[in-house]
Amino acid sequence: MSEEKREEETSESLSGFETSTRRTFLSRLGMAGLFASAGPVFAQQPRTDSKSAGSSMPKDTIPISLKVNGKKYDLRIDPRTTLLDCLREHLHLTGSKKGCDHGQCGACTVHINGRRMNSCLIFAAMHDGDEITTIEGLGQPENLSPMQAAFLSHDAYQCGYCTSGQIMSATALLKEPCGPDDTDVKEYMSGNICRCGAYANIVSAIQSVRQNKDKPA
Amino acid sequence: MKIFQLTRANDNAQAIASAAKAKTAQQGADIRFIAGGTTLIDLMKLNVETPQKLVDVNHLPLGNIDNLTDGGLSIGAMVRNSDLAHHPVVQKNYRVLSEAILSGATVQLRNMATTGGNLLQRTRCMYFRDTAMPCNKREPGSGCAAITGVNRGLAILGTSEHCIASNPSDMNIALAVLEATIHIRGPKGERSVPIGDFHLLPGNTPHRETVLEPGDLITHVTLPAPAPGSRSLYLKLRDRASYEFALASAAVVVTTASGKITRARVALGGVGTKPWRSPEAEGELTNQSASEDVFKRAADAALRDAKPQSQNGFKVELAKRCLVHALKLVTQPA
Repeated sequence: MSEEKREEETSESLSGFETSTRRTFLSRLGMAGLFASAGPVFAQQPRTDSKSAGSSMPKDTIPISLKVNGKKYDLRIDPRTTLLDCLREHLHLTGSKKGCDHGQCGACTVHINGRRMNSCLIFAAMHDGDEITTIEGLGQPENLSPMQAAFLSHDAYQCGYCTSGQIMSATALLKEPCGPDDTDVKEYMSGNICRCGAYANIVSAIQSVRQNKDKPA
Repeated sequence: MKIFQLTRANDNAQAIASAAKAKTAQQGADIRFIAGGTTLIDLMKLNVETPQKLVDVNHLPLGNIDNLTDGGLSIGAMVRNSDLAHHPVVQKNYRVLSEAILSGATVQLRNMATTGGNLLQRTRCMYFRDTAMPCNKREPGSGCAAITGVNRGLAILGTSEHCIASNPSDMNIALAVLEATIHIRGPKGERSVPIGDFHLLPGNTPHRETVLEPGDLITHVTLPAPAPGSRSLYLKLRDRASYEFALASAAVVVTTASGKITRARVALGGVGTKPWRSPEAEGELTNQSASEDVFKRAADAALRDAKPQSQNGFKVELAKRCLVHALKLVTQPA
């Protein structure tokens, strides 16, 4: 196949994407990638024989019971599994993001028993029975939490990768002893890095929710 | 990350018995207590720490802050940094401790990190964190890559030819000026260690950072009653306004009477291989007037033995100015 021909086919196959959301776009992009290399991918069917299953699932897995967004999950995991990997890979709650994986960027922020923490620096097996809340537990597209709505209306993101962590921190901040000023908010939000630099709008989104909270209902 | 066995300790005795089987309580320990995990899990991901067994101590009954009858305070080893920093008694009587904790890390990390764990926080020296590089702290006898390498952030006080790694904790600097006592329960019983004796200088055994032995569990930290009429403060200088380790910091507790300093406690952070209490500076301040000349003499005394490396010579002057400024602020009329 010539380069030209391939390019044409690709653009055709992408033509129906204008109305897609970013999520469906990205997942279809993933599928497009899959078909582009269809031969080798489909040659590697998931192996189900007991030997290979044994090698991918070490004998050292342990049973845990996690309570996430009010729902109880019973599963077996490798004790090395961080809460972040457990949420994403085992429970398929992919709203929490993996940025640095060393507690430096805040993209993985979740609430445990109402307090925000870095889920990448936590072993899931140590939180048996704790109340875990992720971005999926704050609100849904048709029913956004006030902080989610404020991030939307203040354009408090660009690429969006850090946003769920930012919103988890911002939501927790509402109950923390944070001072009233923008500088106080910046200090309380310093554990959430935004490489796009949407900080100014993040601060205004948070302040708008705080100001509305203070108003009598 | 290497595979490990995870167990949960339900009481202190069980935790101590599990960890007592370890070969060492220092770098390379095969059995480790895990609390907040903010340092340990980070280092396990880098294969700098490779324990075979983790004993989860989060459920031990060590999470209380209690007033002592002598006016002091007892802080459980499992008290989270956030809870300690925002505790009303700490904010009122031990302001330096609250300020030091809140100047470190982020809200998320402070919600996880514990008092006992912070006492054991490991250095941020990049060579310690990189298993491809020699490091006497991580691998005794392998050499020190920092002395000839990137050492801008490392120590200028208490160093040896084997190690120049700085102690990164802010909390420890405050505990040093508050003359905290570390309470330890181990296989041989209970003992108390003053904060000044708890951390070890690197010397020729930089892998030994504290006096802890296998099975030793930090149960709590006590603070003496605040010195009557004293004021305290923590000042931290760093490359960023937030979420950065200190290049230099100063913790001070000062009592003045009619413009004269009657009692002073001084410790420096970011510049020492351990939390750096300075009796030399305290000596220069005591019974002197609260004036800039006196503060400068104290700062010169504190840094007299500094041994800067190729990239951190600036820290000598920075630490001096940091201390002078902290002393000015703490002796200003309220």
